[in-house]
Amino acid sequence: MTFNMLIAILAAAISTGTPILFVALGEIIAEKSGVQNLGLEGMMLVGAVTGFIVGASSLNLFMAILAAALGGGVLALLHSYVTITLKANQVVSGLALTIFGTGLSGYLGKPYVGMPAPVKFDSVAIPFLSEIPVVGPVFFNHNVLVYFSYALVFLLWFFVYRTNFGLNLRATGENPGAADSLGVNVFALRYVYTIFGGMLAGVGGAYLSLASAPSWVENMSGGRGWIAIALVIFAIWNPARAIFGAYLFGGVEALGYRLQAIGVTASPFILNMMPYLLTIGVLILVTISSRTKHIGEPESLGIPYDREER
Amino acid sequence: MSQLAVRMVDIRKTFPGVVANDQVNLEIYRGEIHALLGENGAGKSTLMNILTGLYQQDKGEVFINDELRNFKSPKDAIEAGIGMVHQNFRLVKPFTVTENVMLGQKKSAFLKLDEAGERINAISSKFGLKVHPKAKIWQLSVGEQQRVEIIKMLYKGTDILILDEPTAVLTPQEVNDLFEILRGMADDGKAIVFITHKMHEVIDFADRITVLRGGLSIKTLLKKETDASELGKLMVGKEFLSGRKNTINTCGDRSLSIKKVSALNDKGLPALSEFSLDICKGEIVGIAGVAGNGQRELSEVITGLRPVTSGNIQLDGTELTKKSIREIIDFGVAFIPEDRHGMGLASNLTVIDNAILKEYRSSQYGSRLLDLKKLREKAQCLVDDFDVKIPNVDCPVKLMSGGNLQKLLLARETSIEPKLVVAVYPIRGLDIGATDFVHNVLIEQKNAGAAVLLISEDLDEIYKMADRIAVMYEGKLMGILSTEDADIGEVGMMMAGARKKEDA
Repeated sequence: MTFNMLIAILAAAISTGTPILFVALGEIIAEKSGVQNLGLEGMMLVGAVTGFIVGASSLNLFMAILAAALGGGVLALLHSYVTITLKANQVVSGLALTIFGTGLSGYLGKPYVGMPAPVKFDSVAIPFLSEIPVVGPVFFNHNVLVYFSYALVFLLWFFVYRTNFGLNLRATGENPGAADSLGVNVFALRYVYTIFGGMLAGVGGAYLSLASAPSWVENMSGGRGWIAIALVIFAIWNPARAIFGAYLFGGVEALGYRLQAIGVTASPFILNMMPYLLTIGVLILVTISSRTKHIGEPESLGIPYDREER
Repeated sequence: MSQLAVRMVDIRKTFPGVVANDQVNLEIYRGEIHALLGENGAGKSTLMNILTGLYQQDKGEVFINDELRNFKSPKDAIEAGIGMVHQNFRLVKPFTVTENVMLGQKKSAFLKLDEAGERINAISSKFGLKVHPKAKIWQLSVGEQQRVEIIKMLYKGTDILILDEPTAVLTPQEVNDLFEILRGMADDGKAIVFITHKMHEVIDFADRITVLRGGLSIKTLLKKETDASELGKLMVGKEFLSGRKNTINTCGDRSLSIKKVSALNDKGLPALSEFSLDICKGEIVGIAGVAGNGQRELSEVITGLRPVTSGNIQLDGTELTKKSIREIIDFGVAFIPEDRHGMGLASNLTVIDNAILKEYRSSQYGSRLLDLKKLREKAQCLVDDFDVKIPNVDCPVKLMSGGNLQKLLLARETSIEPKLVVAVYPIRGLDIGATDFVHNVLIEQKNAGAAVLLISEDLDEIYKMADRIAVMYEGKLMGILSTEDADIGEVGMMMAGARKKEDA
């Protein structure tokens, strides 16, 4: 394996990992508030299709991303209403939304199958930075969404751990009763952050249809929404850690393609399985190690908050 | 005593079917430690929930610093300087002390943890509330967590501090420390209120005492001008209200013998310490005491649900502590648990299923497969005997009323002709008719020669039913009185932690 090839794989790890990163970041924020959203796969697909359609009709990438975020957000609003206001089971609602989102996106995208995206996110090399050896080509020769994701990781980390809003967010997921008794509006926060999570899932989906493979293919997320959920655990609910996990998954996926390209004759099915095998392996390792450290999943994750029962 | 901090006038608060507070008056001054004394259900917590804005009173006025303030929400109360430390702490366990204290504040967008840490240090050194601002809550002892709750209130500018049974979870040393801290805060001009049902705390630490009973404020007294005996009488009432029901002495040989039994509660803290009690055949012994003083644990060690850490329990000379629950049942111990929905019956199962839950193993109901016809006959027979009102024996028991549930439970438990009946709060939530029924069943069992242990929080019930009254306090036996010459004032004092007179 040549040096250039290694650089190419690392760069590919980032571009392949970014859509998962968006989705995982959104889910981390939602889960920090206590709401688990297993509808991510569906929200990604809805984001991918709305982003593609709006991009194709408006020829405006900004509008396309906005539409993708809205698409994911609307589904998440539904999830919020069902699980926060009606206090229904989060797992059931999430699974239903994944199935619904898959169907809805297939229906909406039917006329666009096979059409190349008229507008797409191209790589933009950042002057000077992209010329640094190794670091430049790996990190600074990507599309705008990747750069946006770098900033987002830092912003979300700062928001969660260094602001009062973040403190209230974390408290809401850990002990909503305590937060409520101190005047934090638990219901409103859960709505806001769940919808925010859905919006990022939509953006992650649009990355697929407007950047990775600029086209619409039915079910094009291919399980990335589920990997993102595993990634949340891998990251131990910390936005800063999510970036490593996302690139690790991206790297494994990218490696699969490269190995095929240089003629490694493993079955493509085996190679395609790798990210998912990794998911299982990582889950086992992280769960074992974080159990001893009193860090991990928010204590009230998945439990609807009911004032009368505090 | 100086300024009036709180004045509550003629407060009334009702919940569906219950009057929790009526004509309650309360005055609290700055610089004092004020105790709210009363049994469970006397209306102490309701009153404080009104003061902290959680509930709104139906009638009456609340004045803070001589200003009319009827709170609409906890927020209003916090703004008025009122803070409450609840029995169940409202802390976020994975957070640090500082993060917990800062939660919900809106002064700035960014977390200024160091600045807040300094303020916390200032507060804690001023009042001796030792705790490290950077410690995580899960690393702290219960006493330290309570200090965090107090700091949280002070940080927000609380000057009227209410503590709901603050000593329930503390060791004796921690109790002394806590009240030293509270005294310092009172001397600083804050008003301190604590809710309790423990006499010695009132005597040791309060300046003034307001006694609540049955939702009414009975009297406010200066500690200097009263004593345990007067407070005990005020707390439980003047005299026994109704006549005795258990009038025939049928006591026979010793049946149940509990010797120096100790056990832990669910949290792993001592719940029973060296508790001893004998019950004869054909005798009802009533356990009096404020709920939560080890009664539940006592019923559970006898029925085998909870292991003893030391001591012996014998029934007719056979040791029970080594036996399994099933062996104890088969030996003839009937159990009417406190929670008839959760522990006593399986609410989604039918009347038949519930009625035979203890006996289905018996060969009379089939050798391998259950003989459904026999089961149905048996259930129908129990239902008829005990006059349980249900449409049919196939309906799930969750559709039944409390009284009918209790009848079914009694029917099942007494159908084994028990040697011992353990009944825990058997009339809780029942109407007069059902109460009467339950009492008749217990008397029948006694007359049939069973030993009956009746745990109750209602002194009237105990007086009506028991041959002897045993008073429990903090897992210990405070004394045993014969019901005939029991004096209610004395029972009240013992319930609040004073020893029986001749033992003292």
